[in-house]
Amino acid sequence: MGLDIRYPIGIMFTLIGGLLVVFGLATYGNTEVYRRSLGININLWWGLVLLAFGLFMLLMAWRAARKAPQASTESEPAKSASSSAQAGSGS
Amino acid sequence: METLRLGWVDYLILLAYTGFVIGIGQALRRYMKTSSDFLMSGRSIPAWVTGLAFISANLGALEVIGMAANGAKYGMMSCHFYWIGAIPAMVFLGVFMMPFYYGSKARSVPEYLKLRFDERVRALNSITFGFMTMLTSGISMHVLADLLQKLLGVRYDLCLLVCAGIVLVYVFKGGLTSAIYTEVLQFFMIVLGFAPVVYLGLRDVGGWQSVKQTLAQVAADPQKLNLGAKALRPDAWTGAWAPMDAATNNPMGVDWFGLSFGLGFVLAFGYWCTNFLVVQRAMAARNMSAARRTPLIAAVPKMFFPALVILPGMIAVALAYTAKDGFSLPTKPAKLSERQVERALPAIAEAVDLGLGGEYAAQTIGQALGNRLKPTEVSAVLEAYKAGAKTAQALRAPLIRAVVPENDYNNVMLAMLRRYCPGGLFGLALTALLASFMSGMAGNVTAFNTIWTYDLYQAYIAPNRSDAHYLWMGRAVTVAGVLLSIACAYLAREYDNIMDMVQLVFGFVNAPLFATFLLGMFWARTTSHGAFYGLLGGTLTSALFHGLTISANNTPSFLKGAWITPLRVFQSEMAQNFWLACFAFTACFVLTVVISLVTKRTKTDAELQGLVYSLTPRLVDRHERWYLRPGLVGVLLLGLCLVLNLIFW
Repeated sequence: MGLDIRYPIGIMFTLIGGLLVVFGLATYGNTEVYRRSLGININLWWGLVLLAFGLFMLLMAWRAARKAPQASTESEPAKSASSSAQAGSGS
Repeated sequence: METLRLGWVDYLILLAYTGFVIGIGQALRRYMKTSSDFLMSGRSIPAWVTGLAFISANLGALEVIGMAANGAKYGMMSCHFYWIGAIPAMVFLGVFMMPFYYGSKARSVPEYLKLRFDERVRALNSITFGFMTMLTSGISMHVLADLLQKLLGVRYDLCLLVCAGIVLVYVFKGGLTSAIYTEVLQFFMIVLGFAPVVYLGLRDVGGWQSVKQTLAQVAADPQKLNLGAKALRPDAWTGAWAPMDAATNNPMGVDWFGLSFGLGFVLAFGYWCTNFLVVQRAMAARNMSAARRTPLIAAVPKMFFPALVILPGMIAVALAYTAKDGFSLPTKPAKLSERQVERALPAIAEAVDLGLGGEYAAQTIGQALGNRLKPTEVSAVLEAYKAGAKTAQALRAPLIRAVVPENDYNNVMLAMLRRYCPGGLFGLALTALLASFMSGMAGNVTAFNTIWTYDLYQAYIAPNRSDAHYLWMGRAVTVAGVLLSIACAYLAREYDNIMDMVQLVFGFVNAPLFATFLLGMFWARTTSHGAFYGLLGGTLTSALFHGLTISANNTPSFLKGAWITPLRVFQSEMAQNFWLACFAFTACFVLTVVISLVTKRTKTDAELQGLVYSLTPRLVDRHERWYLRPGLVGVLLLGLCLVLNLIFW
């Protein structure tokens, strides 16, 4: 299928991670907010983890796209062949 | 329960997630050209994607909430749903069964049954399965909407419609592919959303060692948290195998044989190897090798899931025992009907006459009521009685105050989220909860529309139509499936016990099914008559077994069992379920074998090629790299699973 799922995953977690980091920095030192999380600025730290994960996914997707532009054109006829065989074997 | 307010960060996170799942559906829309694209993803997806979707489809809201509940109620033994249940079954599916599902070109599990046996078996399986998917989907929607209502004060109907609407949009547009792709996104969302909560919880109680110590104290005095009446051995909540030497030694009330055979062999293999909801993910893989690796890849994270979903429940019990910062287990509001109070009136009268005090009066009155009572509050009831309140009507209010409320285990996960999540992280955890719900629902809807379109509509209602017609039908059934789920959600809201009902029927149907598949795939002599009547006989055996047994804490009823006569009493519902599975499986197995031996085969060896193990050429993978060889990877996974069992023995 034409979409590499790593792009949306990567972008989404980069965004959400970034959001948490910004919020974590904005509430830095606010003991009232972080009383629940045992005094740890969990938004900042976990935001960084999500950010790193998102960027890693993007990197993997980017590498795969650069490495195999020919592989995707190759799989196209093979795929349509298998789906027509599928339709034939049905009913 | 007081409601929480969401901040702007929380809303933004929710919004980002929703935008992405809908966006994925939108992006996949242009690839949906045939019914095969829509209902089977055109068999074109890489193994790691189908692998993660394989777990995610099963990881519905019910699993996240239910496993935390099990963790609190039964402790470490809940891990067996993973370590002796899921993992070996997933390895078996990948190594032995996938070649037949994928290689036979069947488009669904019921279609495999048709190729192997005949139309009767297919119809039986697809109809029961169709019902089950809609009901489970509806129940899981109900649980989530109810939860959000309690947590945020959002209206029930609004939650239901908005969540179902989002699922509808992305499944309608991108079909199975869209469901699978979003399931991968949801998998990461669920893991990354709950992980910080578990970390904070573990840090709060002081690490695993301290959880173990506190739970040992709980085992000595489970009554303090209303977790059971009698003291158990110290490792009852923290040992996976040690407390199972006898059924009376552990909170689940099962011994090692009932658990290994009932849960491990029958229920787990029945679920993971024959349930189209999960098998469909593997069938969408791009080739045989990817299809076989799907459940194996899924097994790796699955093995460590107990840390994410069961551990929070155990931490909650530990926290509640030490009452850290006033934490307590969530409870259900006490309810008493006037009829119940009526029954307790003689006991109250007697206690007043004899001048009994707190502890003893609480016990006798409690017995008559069927509830545990707080001795301190019971004296108020006795005072009221002495003061002239002698009717059930007048005594109900003070009695309700005296009842020790039952634990609401289903709210344990929620209690943990509330305790540890500041704004920001709370949005993330809430999104994870929504993600788990949506992945479960999308999984059910996509399985339902394939079964309906191919196994019921094309097979019996409208055969030989154009593919465009079946694509249209697939889309239409997606809408119908979502609407049916919503209807089932309202049904579940109306009738409290519908959940028990569904689980019951699920057990009836699922338990014998694995015997049919096992014999069908590995014994060429199995005949269609044998399979059909064996399956029917197995299901009837379940019903009969259920009518003759009961769990110790239940009264005989149509739902709880012993509606014929209580021949055998089990320690817990769990034990009753496991033994039911054992009997149903054995009955189906024996019946199928016997009937097969006395009936004629209707399929020749040539027809069964690709469907039965002994008649199918072996797949040779010796020249592949090690991680592409399912047999080898399977052995490694089982070894790893064994190590986990030993560590937490």
